[in-house]
Amino acid sequence: MKRKLLWFPMGAFALIMLLPIWIAVTGAFSSQWELTENLRPVLGNGQGLAKWTLLPQSPTLKSLVQVLLDSPEFFTMFWNSVTITAGILLGQFAVAVPAAWGLAKLHLPRKLGNLYMVLMLLPFQVLMYPEYLVLKSLGLLNTLWAVILPGVFSAYPVFLLTRFFAAIPEEILEAARLDGAGEWQIFRYIALPLGLPGLLSVGILSFLDAWNLIEQPMTFLKNRALWPLSLFLPETTLTDAGLGFAAALLMLIPALLLFGLCQDALEQGIVLPGGK
Amino acid sequence: MKQRNMVRWLFLLPNLMGIGVFALFPMAEVLVGAFRSAIGGSWVGVRNFRTVLSNRAFRLAAFNTGRFMLVCIPLLLCLSLLLALGLKRVRGGRQLRSACLLPMAVPAASVVLAWKLLFHENGLLNGVLEGLGAGGVNWMGTSASFWVLVISYLWKNLGYTVVLWTAALGTVSPSVYEAAQMDGADSFRSFWYITMPNLKTSAYSIAVLSLLNSFKVFREAWLVAGDYPQEQMYLVQHLYNNWFRELDYDKIAAASVLVSCVVLVLIALLRRAWDKEDQG
Repeated sequence: MKRKLLWFPMGAFALIMLLPIWIAVTGAFSSQWELTENLRPVLGNGQGLAKWTLLPQSPTLKSLVQVLLDSPEFFTMFWNSVTITAGILLGQFAVAVPAAWGLAKLHLPRKLGNLYMVLMLLPFQVLMYPEYLVLKSLGLLNTLWAVILPGVFSAYPVFLLTRFFAAIPEEILEAARLDGAGEWQIFRYIALPLGLPGLLSVGILSFLDAWNLIEQPMTFLKNRALWPLSLFLPETTLTDAGLGFAAALLMLIPALLLFGLCQDALEQGIVLPGGK
Repeated sequence: MKQRNMVRWLFLLPNLMGIGVFALFPMAEVLVGAFRSAIGGSWVGVRNFRTVLSNRAFRLAAFNTGRFMLVCIPLLLCLSLLLALGLKRVRGGRQLRSACLLPMAVPAASVVLAWKLLFHENGLLNGVLEGLGAGGVNWMGTSASFWVLVISYLWKNLGYTVVLWTAALGTVSPSVYEAAQMDGADSFRSFWYITMPNLKTSAYSIAVLSLLNSFKVFREAWLVAGDYPQEQMYLVQHLYNNWFRELDYDKIAAASVLVSCVVLVLIALLRRAWDKEDQG
């Protein structure tokens, strides 16, 4: 009885949490005419308040099609987002995974692990100006590298993966060493397969982070042709809301898909840094 | 053995070099630069710090950022703990938790139109308020803009924090509760005397993590309000960006050092919490 009563406020709360996402999704399937009609007060030429219907009155794919087929700018920026995200993920796989293994199992000084923890917790406000100085002296400002390279050398994946790798039992490694396996073989044939759940968790968190970057491209990329989607979308106004919602949905879809498929791995990644 | 010694370092070296180039060396450079003049580079002692600390915009931004944290963190912690406790008790708690966690995966830029629509003076939120009989609020133009920050921060971070609390709640063994029940403790008492003490260390690290995460709220602020938002929404990151545009590098260097000091203190506190958790 008590439990059923609890369901009500909790369910209502969950619906409120989903509301902004619902608006974003339904907006992409509404016709521009309907949006203009509903949003007249917000656009500044109408009395009263804006309206929104739970489902579009006349659902249409027109805005989505228009964005996909008819706006080269969208494609450039979508592609920039993809390049940045792929670059960061591949780079992290190449340098962060071995580093985490080294820190977790190869008896490197513990102080180094602390260094990564501190760097992980520094907000962008602290790192922004130092990164700017390096990128400037390397001549990388205004190239996609300016966003990719600092992302690759983020301390976050190293710190998280170190915690995942530390859970692999020492006995397995000792047995492999007795059988004459070298350190690289152990890394390739034991660490990578056994650490796969951890790699997945960290990969998802890194993807979400890279796909969502705003401050970094804003500071380091002045050339509009290099902007990722996250800088393009805020420029769309409610006047051409149809296109804005459609472009936003196309940015949202990869993130939602990933969330739907890998929620458990994501939660593990969240719990890990503070966990025992 | 010596050879293996070399090999272990090879695992770490590429990453360590990158960290050195992109973080450690330039941070040292900024630390030194904070004591120099931007033009000419002559040594000026603490003059840059004095300029920054007496700067009106810096004071406003630091005050707003601090106030935002003081309001948001307690709110976030209490709300998410309540949710975590509730979700444990209802059927379908997992689905509800997914709904709360989903905003974390949503790129801030893809819901910016929805936020603009909700918080516009003639927007949807005021529509709801009017339906409830309350008057409309000018969300973006008055001090109410502070609450736009609070709401979007809570929306984004609530699920994340619920997951952390749920994990912390899971570490208390159910047999303790059963024993308490046998002894006649009601659910409030077992919460107060069993759950709360067990959550203390986790609460501490969750609080510091949330605090460090709260710097990211600039994204939402910038997305809904642009470079020059209503005064109450003006945060440290806005100030950085404006100084950046005006090439005030000595001010940025000094402000970076100041912010670093604050953050390093927070991190030291977090470390103490984690060490305690590992022992306990």
